[in-house]
Amino acid sequence: MKKRLSFLERAAAVPHLVWTLLFIIGPLLFVLYFAFTDNDGAFTFANIAHLSSYAHIFFVSICFSVVATAFCLLIGYPLALAMARAKPSTQKLLLVLLMLPMWISLLIRTYSLMTLLDNGGLVNSLLRAMGLAPWHMVGTGGAVVLGMIYDFLPYMVLPIYTSMTKLDKRYLEAAADLGCNPCQTLFRVTLPLTAPGIFSGITMVFVPSISTFYISQKLGGGNFDLIGDTIERQFQYTSTYHIGAAISLVMMLLIIASVAIFGRFADKEEEGMLA
Amino acid sequence: MNNTLIKLCSIDKSFDGERVLCGIDLDIHDNEFVTLLGPSGCGKTTTLRIIGGFETPDEGEVLFEGERINDLPPYRRPINTVFQKYALFPHLNVYDNVAFGLRLHKVPEEEIATRVREMLEMTGLKGFENRRPATLSGGQQQRVAIARALINNPRVLLLDEPLGALDLKLRKDMQNELKRIHNATGITFIYVTHDQEEALSMSDTVVVMADGKIQQIGSPTDIYNEPVNAFVADFIGESNILDGVMQKDRKARFAGQTFDCVDGGFAKNEPVDIVIRPEDVDVVPVEKGMLSGTVTGVTFKGDYYEIIVDVGGFKWMIETSDYVAPDAEIGLYIEPDAIHVMKKSEYSGKFGDYSTFSEEMDWISDPDKEVSEDEETTLLS
Amino acid sequence: MKTLSRVYMWVIFALLYAPILVLVIFSFNKGGSLASYTGFSFKWYGELFRDSVALDSLKNSFLLAVFSALLATLIGTLAALGLDRMRNKMLKSAVESVTNIPMMNPDIVTGVSMMLLFVAFGAILGLRDTLGKATMLIAHTTFSLPYVILSVLPRFKQFDKTLREAAQDLGCTPMQSFLKVELPAILPGVLSGLVMAFTLSLDDFVISHFVSSPDFQTLPLYIYNQTAHNVKYSMYALCTLIIVTILALLLVINFAGDFGKGKKRKEGAKK
Repeated sequence: MKKRLSFLERAAAVPHLVWTLLFIIGPLLFVLYFAFTDNDGAFTFANIAHLSSYAHIFFVSICFSVVATAFCLLIGYPLALAMARAKPSTQKLLLVLLMLPMWISLLIRTYSLMTLLDNGGLVNSLLRAMGLAPWHMVGTGGAVVLGMIYDFLPYMVLPIYTSMTKLDKRYLEAAADLGCNPCQTLFRVTLPLTAPGIFSGITMVFVPSISTFYISQKLGGGNFDLIGDTIERQFQYTSTYHIGAAISLVMMLLIIASVAIFGRFADKEEEGMLA
Repeated sequence: MNNTLIKLCSIDKSFDGERVLCGIDLDIHDNEFVTLLGPSGCGKTTTLRIIGGFETPDEGEVLFEGERINDLPPYRRPINTVFQKYALFPHLNVYDNVAFGLRLHKVPEEEIATRVREMLEMTGLKGFENRRPATLSGGQQQRVAIARALINNPRVLLLDEPLGALDLKLRKDMQNELKRIHNATGITFIYVTHDQEEALSMSDTVVVMADGKIQQIGSPTDIYNEPVNAFVADFIGESNILDGVMQKDRKARFAGQTFDCVDGGFAKNEPVDIVIRPEDVDVVPVEKGMLSGTVTGVTFKGDYYEIIVDVGGFKWMIETSDYVAPDAEIGLYIEPDAIHVMKKSEYSGKFGDYSTFSEEMDWISDPDKEVSEDEETTLLS
Repeated sequence: MKTLSRVYMWVIFALLYAPILVLVIFSFNKGGSLASYTGFSFKWYGELFRDSVALDSLKNSFLLAVFSALLATLIGTLAALGLDRMRNKMLKSAVESVTNIPMMNPDIVTGVSMMLLFVAFGAILGLRDTLGKATMLIAHTTFSLPYVILSVLPRFKQFDKTLREAAQDLGCTPMQSFLKVELPAILPGVLSGLVMAFTLSLDDFVISHFVSSPDFQTLPLYIYNQTAHNVKYSMYALCTLIIVTILALLLVINFAGDFGKGKKRKEGAKK
């Protein structure tokens, strides 16, 4: 069924192609260029080699992100399950409730959490009113992880919830029919069948966690340097663009690698579901 | 009825190197109700789409009143289509769907209003003007699709399996309805279906197609009574198709016997295919029969019994009004005019034996492959 | 079991909303303390509306969101049309995956990479301050594009191709059939892409942080600067206003989405 295409149909994608080349491919090439050159524009591996001195920052960032992602999954999965089991009319409301925080600026959410947890904040004033010792939270690693969990939890819940609503109820009935108790059904049927949602949730929490700088600035009180903070600082001065580009490049590769691994899992699960 | 409206001259068409139409020659006359009939993949829909202008033939010519229209786009052809799944515009209500063509031709709104009203009345859709297609039943959508096409007063109406999505009862009603509309408007209808009953009951002319070729063109009675080859005989109605030899004019030999028949004009001892319709075989006591065999299956069909009789290894299907017990020995009697003799063709030996009888035989998607091999092996064993 | 899961769900939602609610409530606080509520007042709102920098950045944000959303929707819708008609499968999937890069990449990398491009180009062209309005428009359009395409392309793919033939059968030229039949079918996707691009642009901080200059501040950049050191109470008022606006927008989107879905469900039921 070969159809003659009109000029419009043939030319329609051209502006986008040009835009993509200029502003998506182009910038990435510049990252590559800066990562492998020095201030005089000469080729060098020095920037990459220099990264070893940032090893502990990478380590802390990865640890924080992994912990935050794990907590998001532990809190988020039961939440998605509870949402999916609610009445359809309630589910609509719940979905709006879940999505509203995703649309509110991360700055506002982080800031509101910080003002709540701050030494002079509401939590501590309540503690004081109850005659308890104030709890110094802002500036600890725990607060940074809590900030990540608080900010990114909806990104974990949404894809899991979506994959649960797509789940055919007959699978659950079949499992019950074959003798699974509710708990066994959860672990043997629901969990494997919602794995694609879990993997996409993990990516959606892990990627922003590992690249954040505002959360660590606000809730870490400047005590914790994460990859994001480091990159952000390098780009305040022209002279450190090259090292900043190198760190960005490595982080990007790190993320692409982990997303690819998770993506492969997710795809396989989906294929399995189809077959 | 006599002047040729559309003429297809040796049309060839391939998709991705696969030949779907091969030398199609067809004349369609004014006022005619023509049905393109065949199993899926036979090329009937492609033929229709070439007439509609949605496909261009690789070779050959499409003539409309003697003028070549191969490259005329669909919107310049005085032809309208009722699409398989109706293709009603979901964003428009019934009125706007029906008025669509007239608006494009800048017909004044008052005239549109009158004509839409008339058309909706004719198709029994009065009162549905403001409904969206999605809120209508299949039958109602069907009527909107017909109204939307007919309101443009096309010279030709193309219908691509229009009743395929409807249930049996509704299909019968719509068949009558379409026949009525055809008579009332006098527009040429070209109708595509794989349902032989539909084709026989509605058409003036039936075009039987298989494997991208026209097998036979004729009136419904011709097609049923005088099939040209084993494919047509099998596809239209039920038939027993046997290998035979034409010993001389009006003497055919098959199933180990020589029979009187009414056909002639074959070479001496020419191998032929013999067709005998199940309702043309009479069940008689063994001693009075021309052939005899064992009943292997009996199915009650309401107004008759369908029995399968094993005659020397070949299974016959016979329709009879009297009950016959399974395993009974019976005789078969065949009148000379019930024997129809056909030339051998590429379809010889592929159909006719009921040892693998099943409902699927009505609707073979690929007659070349699996089915025929199955049949051959059962014939051998 | 059922009660337990329901209680759990509402507790999590309560925790999720607690900080935001506290912020909203304290934006109406008469006093300047985060710890105690001393009475209702619009004081901080008044202060906010007297802050010309805040109002300027609001205007900047709005204009930037409008223009980048329109530009992204135009380019993205055309791109979706082109991708839908594209016969070269390799090119098509290549374009689709490159388009998605800004969606997959962390914002900070997108921001940094665009900044490098702009600064390097500025240096080549001999400009002193490349960063500003123009670079913001480019950046916002770029990161909105994949979302627009993502919302329009499926509409093209779902579009029943026989409707196009039906339109031509009834006398439409290909252009007329595109405008009268195909465009109405994809319009909901275009609109939701537009709204999405608009909100993404309003919301973006990280990428803007790298590609803008102090002369061109958007609302998130302003909030960032204001919250960098000490707490300013007018920020509570600003955040509250933003939250209310987003809530209203979200309800509109949800309503519009429901409308489309409801229609589709009915059609599905008929089949």
